[in-house]
Amino acid sequence: MLSMDVILVTILAAGALSIIGIVVGLILLGIDRRISARMQARIGPPLRQPFIDLKKLLSKENIIPENAIPSLFNAAPIVALASSIVVLLYLPIGSMMPILGGYGDLILVMYLLAVPALAMVAGGFASGSPYATVGAQREMVSMIAYELPLASIVIAVAWLLYSSGIADPFALSSIVANPIWSLVGPIGMVGLFVLLLTFAWVSPAELSKIPFDTPEAETELAGGVLVEYSGKNLGLFTIAQGVKTLVMGGLAVAIFFPWNLSPLLGLAGYAALAVDAVFFFAKVILLMILSVTVIRTGLARFRITHVVTLFWVWFGVAGLFGLSLVILDSVLAGWF
Amino acid sequence: MTLSPSFKRSLWVFHFNAGSCNGCDIEIVATITPRYDPERFGVRLVGSPKHADVLLVTGPVTKKMAPRLRRVYEQMPSPKVVICIGTCGQSGGVFYDSYNLDGPVDDVIPVDVYVPGCAPRPEAIIYGVVTALTKLERIERGEE
Repeated sequence: MLSMDVILVTILAAGALSIIGIVVGLILLGIDRRISARMQARIGPPLRQPFIDLKKLLSKENIIPENAIPSLFNAAPIVALASSIVVLLYLPIGSMMPILGGYGDLILVMYLLAVPALAMVAGGFASGSPYATVGAQREMVSMIAYELPLASIVIAVAWLLYSSGIADPFALSSIVANPIWSLVGPIGMVGLFVLLLTFAWVSPAELSKIPFDTPEAETELAGGVLVEYSGKNLGLFTIAQGVKTLVMGGLAVAIFFPWNLSPLLGLAGYAALAVDAVFFFAKVILLMILSVTVIRTGLARFRITHVVTLFWVWFGVAGLFGLSLVILDSVLAGWF
Repeated sequence: MTLSPSFKRSLWVFHFNAGSCNGCDIEIVATITPRYDPERFGVRLVGSPKHADVLLVTGPVTKKMAPRLRRVYEQMPSPKVVICIGTCGQSGGVFYDSYNLDGPVDDVIPVDVYVPGCAPRPEAIIYGVVTALTKLERIERGEE
C-alpha cells in the first residue's frame, strides 16, 4: 500500500518534470531550426522561436472542419501530448531514477512511443480531408516500418543484460546502472555501434522529420495528418513534437550513453542531481543535433516505398546484424 | 481584433497562385532563399491555409480560381492578412481585358496590402509584409 506522501511527491515531481520536459522540448526544436539554418548559410530564427510560434497558435482561431469527427479530432492532440509526457516520466533524467520506474519497463516505453503516432493517425482520419487520410495511412506504414529495427535494439539490450546475469533486464533503471558498453568485448562493441547507428536513423522516423516526413509532406500533402489542424490543436501538436524529440534523445542517452558527471566530480545529494540533469540535457541536445538536424538538413524526403524498404531491409538487417554480433560476443566470452 | 505581440514574430505564409504567369511566384521563392532569410523573423512558408497567418495572392483571378480563392481565404483562421503580390492582382496587368478574368483580387476577397511590380522584387515583398504588420497594429489601436 502506498502512503499518501509518496503519491503526493510522485504527482508533484511528475508535474514539475512535465513542465521541464515541455520547455526543454521546445528549446530543442529551436536549436534544431537554428543549427539547420546555420548549415544552409542562413542566420535562422532565435532559439525562443518555438515559444513565439506556440503563443501565436494559442491566440488564433481553432477551426474544426465541417466533415470532421469533433470528439476524435480534438482528442488526438491531447492524447499525443499526454502520451509523450508519460514516456518522459519513465525515462531516467541523469542520476534521477524514473518517477514511474517501478510501474513499467523498456517494453512499455516502446508501446507508449507508438501512442503519439497513433493519435496523429486517429486525428488524421477524423479530419475528414483526403490529404489527412493519405497522411494518416503513410504514418501507419512508416510506423510499421521503423518498429522492426527499434525492436531489435531493445531485444539486444535486454538480452545483453540478461546474459550478464543482471536482474530485471528490461527495467530502464538497470539499463542505466549497467552501461551496455562495459558488458561486451570487442565484437559486441561493433554490434552495439551498429545498433547505435540504427537508433540514430530510427529517431528521425519516429519524429517524422525529413527524410522520413512522408506523412506530413508539406509539398505534396499540404501538411498531411496536420493539414486540418489550426490554432490551439496545432499548438498542442507542436508541444507534443518537442516532448517527443526530448524523449527519443533521452531514450538514446539512457540506452547508449548512461554515464553521469557527478561520480567524476565527487558530488552528492541535490548538487549531483542538478549537475547530472544538466549533463543529461546536454547529451540529448548533442545527440539530437547529430541524428535529427544534420540528417534533415542534408537529405531530401524519401518516398513512402523507400521508407519501408530502408527500414525493413537495410536497417532491419543492420539491427539483426548488431544483435547477432552482441550474441556472438557473449557466446565467445563463454567459451574462453 | 486582438493581436498578441508574438503574432508579429511568427508569421506563417501561405502562397496562392490565382492564375499568375509564375513570375511573382518565382520572386516569392527568391524571398525565402538564404540571401534574405525571412525565417530569422519567424516567417515560414506553410503548406496548408489552416496553418497560415498571411495569404500571398499572385495573379489576376481567373474565373476557375475565384471560388477556390474564396474557399482558401475562408479556411484561414483569423486573425489573418491578405497581401496581393504583383500588378496583375491589382488591375489585371497585361491581362486586364481578358474574357476569363473574375476581376482583380480585391473583387473576390478583401486585400490588406498591395505590392506592385511585374514582378516585384523580393525586397518589395518583404516591405509588403512589414506594411501589413503596421496596418494590423493600426487596426488594433482603433485608428482605422
